[in-house]
Amino acid sequence: MSTPDNLKYTKDHEWVRIDGEIAIIGITDHAQNELGDITYVELPAVGKKVEANGELAVIESVKAASDILAPIAGTVSEVNNALDDEPEEVNDSPYENGWICKLTDIDASEVDGLMSAADYEAFIK
Amino acid sequence: MSKLIFEKSIPNRKGYSLPELTDSEKECNLHIPSKYFATEPPELPEVSELDVVRHFTNLSLENVSLDANFYPLGSCTMKYNPKACERIAAMDGFASLHPLLPQLRGGGMLTQGALEVLHETENLLCEIVGMDAFTLQPMAGAHGELTGIMLIAAYHCDKGNKKTKVLIPDSAHGTNPSSATIGGYKVVTVPSDANGCMDMNAFEESLDESVAAIMLTSPNTLGLFNPDIHTLADKAHAVDALLYYDGANLNAILGKIRPGDLGFDVVHLNLHKTFATPHGGGGPGSGPVGVKESLIPYMPTSIIVKRQDGTFALEYKREKSIGYIAPFYGNFGILLRAYVYILLLGKEGLSRVSENAVINANYIMAKLRDKYDLPYNRSCMHESVFSATRQAKNGVTALDVAKALIDRGFHPPTIYFPLIVKEAMMIEPTETESKEEIDSFIQAMLEIAELAETDSESFHALPKTKSITRLDEKKAVKDKIFSV
Repeated sequence: MSTPDNLKYTKDHEWVRIDGEIAIIGITDHAQNELGDITYVELPAVGKKVEANGELAVIESVKAASDILAPIAGTVSEVNNALDDEPEEVNDSPYENGWICKLTDIDASEVDGLMSAADYEAFIK
Repeated sequence: MSKLIFEKSIPNRKGYSLPELTDSEKECNLHIPSKYFATEPPELPEVSELDVVRHFTNLSLENVSLDANFYPLGSCTMKYNPKACERIAAMDGFASLHPLLPQLRGGGMLTQGALEVLHETENLLCEIVGMDAFTLQPMAGAHGELTGIMLIAAYHCDKGNKKTKVLIPDSAHGTNPSSATIGGYKVVTVPSDANGCMDMNAFEESLDESVAAIMLTSPNTLGLFNPDIHTLADKAHAVDALLYYDGANLNAILGKIRPGDLGFDVVHLNLHKTFATPHGGGGPGSGPVGVKESLIPYMPTSIIVKRQDGTFALEYKREKSIGYIAPFYGNFGILLRAYVYILLLGKEGLSRVSENAVINANYIMAKLRDKYDLPYNRSCMHESVFSATRQAKNGVTALDVAKALIDRGFHPPTIYFPLIVKEAMMIEPTETESKEEIDSFIQAMLEIAELAETDSESFHALPKTKSITRLDEKKAVKDKIFSV
């Protein structure tokens, strides 16, 4: 199970990476492993405004449907449309090709309240 | 896989012979406008009677069913359906009744028996769960939930209460949040505590004047009874929030405690679970809803009333009723079976149902707890939830255990529910299984646990004994084909 050091993590198993003015969001390797084969990702509409912990997307696997919550507040600026055809990218590449969406209008300091890789690894133990 | 019956069709082969038309039938045809006559014969398989019998008998043998197999599908209460109930439901006087008859002039007197069955069933259900009135109309559990939520909404609207939220524990059936959402409420999920019950602190934090209802399953989906239920009810009622009882697990407390006495205001029952009516493969189900007195004015129409002279009639005019929620009077044949079941068992028999259901579940729990993880390790009610986490470390998931059980002649338990348990396996034996049958299931589970340690690879191709083997579940969900 991998947990890259350059990301921040939530208790609901999302990761967030700050890239300048933009936050990139996905689910963790641990989360995809627990969910099993992912069959569908309901992506948010571009322009949607979300609060921290607000519902951002829905992810469906052969076991269950789960909400993906926004780690921080912002406005959806881009979504990973490739997941429409290949939702399994979330399984195969949770931190790269399997990203879910990007947020703008963010306050980058909000991520300070999230877990580091080491904290998250301890959390899921 | 066996052929479709259409693929077995041979031109001009027949399994029937039709009589010649009589003169009056020929006469009749003259009055039907020609545009209504088919020009092409229907596309039906051309097969002999024996072809048909063998085709469907062989298909039925492919089924893992209660008639052939132990069926511990948690939360579904797959108990045996007594044949006596079937015999009575097949009686011509019931089976041939036309549903419109009681609405026709004079028809009411021709349907007194059926109306009395419905009226008596309502009374019996009221007594069993401690409610003041029942509607038998909802066609299934989820339909009962929706009806219940509509009743709660009608109650609050009528009182001028401004209610926006429904509280639901994180262990709930998925239908609870669905019903509340369709009813127009915002769902607030309340986490469970370390004992597997609703976290009382979190509950109190979420509870305020805007809460319309709290939907609970009792015992909950972990098979655990909530010891704080009275406190919870008092706190809910203090802000005029109603307590909704999801009756999926009534089999655990039947004849012992009554939801109405625990403080519940609205109850739905699943007759196809607790009251032994046919279940699975489309049922049809039946989800009667019971209410306390304060909600009676909103009950759906039609309502069966007993007149002063002892006869029964249907009443349609109720000013505050939520209206029709189903055509006619619910799934009558199912209600009739449940009525017969209740009379067959009687008060004492119904109590023994829950006693044996709980003993059977605890027996399985005690026998398997050394080999499978038990996240909430306390005595259970009518079902217990294990986790295949230990096996999953060797690459054998709950899904693999389920498939291995099919090859050993058992229907799998419910897996991956409730969602708060990893690799969940929810086992509900019901009261109708013998100790011998349960022992052979336990033996199979123990063998599977052992095999998971020594030969995990062998699991991934299971089941092997069925004509349809391992399904590609991912493909099944992702690549849906809705037309042929």
